[in-house]
Amino acid sequence: MREFRYRRPTDVDEAVALLGADPEAAYLAGGTNLVDLMKLGVQRPDLLVDVTRLPLGGIEPLPGGGLRVGATVRNSELAAHPLVRRDYPVLARALLAAASGQVRNMATTAGNLLQRTRCFYFQDTGKACNKRDPGSGCAARHGQNRELAILDWSEECVATHPSDLAVALAALDAVVEVAEPDGTRDVPFVELHRSPGEHPERETTLPRGALITAVRIPPLPAARRSAYLKVRDRASFAFAVGAVAAVLDLDGDMVRDVRLAYGAVAHRPWRAFRAETELRGRQFTPELAGQAADAELAAARPLRHNGFKVPLIRAITVRALTELAEAQA
Amino acid sequence: MSAGAVGRAHPRLEGPEKVTGTARYAVEYPLDDVTYGWAVPAAAVRGRITRIDPEPALAVPGVLAVLHHGNAPRLSPDVEAELYLLQEPAVHYRGQLVAVVVAESIEAAREGARHVRIEYDTEPHSTVLTADHPGLYRPEKVNPGYPTDTSEGDFDAAFAAAEVRVDATYRTPAYHNNPMEPHATTAQWRDGRLLVHDSNQGSTAVQAALAELFGIPRESVRVISEHVGGGFGSKGYPKAAVVLAALAARQVDRPVRLALTRQQLFGPIGYRTPTIQRVRLGSDADGRIAAICHDAISQTSTITEFAEQTAVYTRSMYAAPHRRTTHRLARLDVPTPFWMRAPGECPGAYALESAMDELASACGIDPIELRVRNEPTVDPDQGHPFSSRNLVACLVKGARRFGWGDRDPRPGSRREGRWLIGTGVAGSSYPARARASAATATALPDGGYLVRINATDIGTGARTALWQVAADALDVPPERVTIRIGDSDLPPAGVAGGSMGTASWSWAVTRACQELRDRLGHHSGSLPPEGLTVAASTADEVRAQRPMARYAYGAQFAEVRVDADTGEVRVSRMVGVFAVGRVVNPTTARSQLIGGMTMGISMALHEEGLLDERYGDWVNHDLATYHITGCADVEQIEAEWVDEEDADLNPTGVKGLGEIGIVGTAAAIANAVRHATGVRVRDLPIRLDKLAGSSPFA
Ligand SMILES: Cc1cc2nc3c(=O)[nH]c(=O)nc-3n(C[C@H](O)[C@H](O)[C@H](O)COP(=O)(O)OP(=O)(O)OC[C@H]3O[C@@H](n4cnc5c(N)ncnc54)[C@H](O)[C@@H]3O)c2cc1C
Ligand code: SF4
Repeated sequence: MREFRYRRPTDVDEAVALLGADPEAAYLAGGTNLVDLMKLGVQRPDLLVDVTRLPLGGIEPLPGGGLRVGATVRNSELAAHPLVRRDYPVLARALLAAASGQVRNMATTAGNLLQRTRCFYFQDTGKACNKRDPGSGCAARHGQNRELAILDWSEECVATHPSDLAVALAALDAVVEVAEPDGTRDVPFVELHRSPGEHPERETTLPRGALITAVRIPPLPAARRSAYLKVRDRASFAFAVGAVAAVLDLDGDMVRDVRLAYGAVAHRPWRAFRAETELRGRQFTPELAGQAADAELAAARPLRHNGFKVPLIRAITVRALTELAEAQA
Repeated sequence: MSAGAVGRAHPRLEGPEKVTGTARYAVEYPLDDVTYGWAVPAAAVRGRITRIDPEPALAVPGVLAVLHHGNAPRLSPDVEAELYLLQEPAVHYRGQLVAVVVAESIEAAREGARHVRIEYDTEPHSTVLTADHPGLYRPEKVNPGYPTDTSEGDFDAAFAAAEVRVDATYRTPAYHNNPMEPHATTAQWRDGRLLVHDSNQGSTAVQAALAELFGIPRESVRVISEHVGGGFGSKGYPKAAVVLAALAARQVDRPVRLALTRQQLFGPIGYRTPTIQRVRLGSDADGRIAAICHDAISQTSTITEFAEQTAVYTRSMYAAPHRRTTHRLARLDVPTPFWMRAPGECPGAYALESAMDELASACGIDPIELRVRNEPTVDPDQGHPFSSRNLVACLVKGARRFGWGDRDPRPGSRREGRWLIGTGVAGSSYPARARASAATATALPDGGYLVRINATDIGTGARTALWQVAADALDVPPERVTIRIGDSDLPPAGVAGGSMGTASWSWAVTRACQELRDRLGHHSGSLPPEGLTVAASTADEVRAQRPMARYAYGAQFAEVRVDADTGEVRVSRMVGVFAVGRVVNPTTARSQLIGGMTMGISMALHEEGLLDERYGDWVNHDLATYHITGCADVEQIEAEWVDEEDADLNPTGVKGLGEIGIVGTAAAIANAVRHATGVRVRDLPIRLDKLAGSSPFA
């Protein structure tokens, strides 16, 4: 392990300045992803700036409705919050379907969103990976890629984003608050993560050194009826092989509003805008849900080992929406 | 015998130390002046090292030495090719441990390991086992000394003439042992003597190997293995860690701690070989089997031959006049496979017990009844009588316990909401053997007794069981007995493996204790301060055992539910009933049996080494990516046993039960999945993508 320095600022500006001054520094939150990658030699920062003493905790209701979640709020705290459970069950379920109790007690909101892909080759410095080592090739493209993308991948990278939380936030139209050297700004959640394109080493649209300070979740009354379905290879402590976050708002049997996002299908949490368009304003039936999924998945290009994901995502889309519709009937 | 400790439930003697963290494992002994070793894996698959540049590693602050084939102390080449480490430039598989970095801290050692520059001359490699691999050959024998092929009667003719035929090929992937404690050692040399604290399943064997490797007398080597955090077979023989630590300690002339990383457990310590198994069963319409054939293919390495005895299970399990078994091996550029809980029996039973289920369906007979109809009266392989054979008793008791009676055999006949529900059963057997061991028993002047034997407790409860056995043999309350194990200075004993531990060790303990009682009977006056000690060995008795078919039996029952949309499989319920001779300690016996069954769930549904032929190694090599069954996957699991008295085993009458739990489990689950969905998965693990959408009911 590379020897590193450690700092624990209590002030956001100081943290941002520390990162700005050192191109090899990294923020450290719960460390459940970063420290693992450091041990594996995948990431080799020379300075860790611990963000957990910054004043970025707390979950507050917003004046006009919605919630503001501090960047360092632990996943377990967020999942247990009464307002989250009441107003955004999709969020609580996504969190509780992730990792283990121990990991969730350490993992933070921001760290979760910025966790790296679980692609086998990314985590093994003995193998080619454009994301880890730009220009070295993508071993997964023609390797073991059952877990990887079916949508929006490039020849340079076929990785998926592993977070469950991020899928729920994509469905909820969250907004990410960011501090940068020259001020703060808001980033719509669906614009936070990038497609891999020719630069899979760049995973977000944030500039280097940007600090996530909070995530705002706008009011969405319909989200009280929302669902997160996660398919995985064992009953717990496994990343998704397919996931769907869904919010369905029916007026009688007409779809007034719908939010749909997929996990484990692309380099970023995948908001299924196309499927939503198919559904909105129409009479809900399970068949319609299937057609909507088909519309979204028409662009799918499965890899050698993950063709099953296309019917799988379709099946869980239909199930999630149908169960939400039945609950409203 | 009046004390009656044997048969009573007792918590592990060392339980409090383990749960409070005071029990010391191999790299946890406090030690001054200790250094840390970190093994460096080869980045080539096949070839040779042409150059090693240690300088960048030595430049890392704290790094003391880099050992490799060019500078490491010399070892004897005659012990075991696997252990001839850091002696030659040859690379036999990717991940082979080809250098060790020693440093003042573990962090510096790890960082140093990154910086050892190694250049290779590489050759094309072959790492994937296929049924038509050009390198397939017939080994001379299969583990641990069985004939490679067997044949009786005329299988081909009988199979061709059979009314009902099953002909199916089953595949199992590479499975990797993952004890919580990795292979780990602390080694120190003092005045030409070697002391190691090591994690293994038998330190007598480790002591012998180290003495030979380093060319020193056995008495100069001491191996302490007081607590061992699991092994499952992978620590049944000395492996790389202990040799590398001893080499490194000699080189730097300071104590060295070396533990393999989790990633390094995927290869250098061995693994369960992938198998390709064709099973053919031919029967009459009533399911009476006339012809049975099991052809097994597995792999070995270019270092040494390891021939998994996959089809041996079929030789003795069910009756049939015409029978054949074969084994073929391919020598690949892979790490050498090794023992993993019930080697041979476990993959073999998955195939045979699945095929039995297929035959039951084909004949329209209940799978339990099919097994009952094919019960042999003597061992079909050797013709020997069985010392006891209670397979049917297990099936019958299990069926009652599980509620098998009201089963509708039609596939897909039960659905609850999104779940398709099915049940399955499989038989199991595992040899009941014993190895020669020695023990001493001492009567102390204070009225206590000390029993010493170099047994190993790898977490099974062996220490506690032997303590109970000793108390009964001495006919004293167990509180007066102290048992010492896990140290090569103690009387030599066999490994904790092959389900032979308790059978072998309890035998020697019983003899030593009985003899001590005799001696005390003739002793008058007070005992000398050091007490009165007698020694016993079972070598002659074990050798004199008359030939018989000695096996433990079992029946596993599984209820599964399969998500009709996603193909996710969950095991709702498992019941196992076993015939394992006398049960010494129900608490620890039960945990072995349900542990074996849990590992069988893991084998059926979760574990799989995913090989990338281009790189020649497994790409999932940690516990986040190589899935092992977790608590949430084990909803309800019960293990029971039938009363079994068997006088042809050993004085305590135990058969051993470390392995039988896993043997039939994967087949029981595969059979249940087929019952739930109509889909027969013949290549493990049963992952959701093998079921999603393929179910006729989806
Ligand atoms: C075995 C295992 C299983 C898991 N299973 C799941 C699962 O099923 N589903 C799932 O969603 N997750 C899973 N996780 C991942 C887990 O959720 C993440 O590791 C965790 O959320 C990361 O949060 P952290 O606070 O520990 O981040 P860290 O590891 O501290 O940091 C992660 C990254 O975020 C950056 N970072 C952290 N905070 C900030 C900030 N405020 N601003 C800018 N950058 C920041 C760090 O520099 C680093 O690059 C699993 C993890 C493990 C180890
Ligand atoms: S898919 Fe992406 S992360 Fe995986 S090997 Fe290819 S480039 Fe690396």
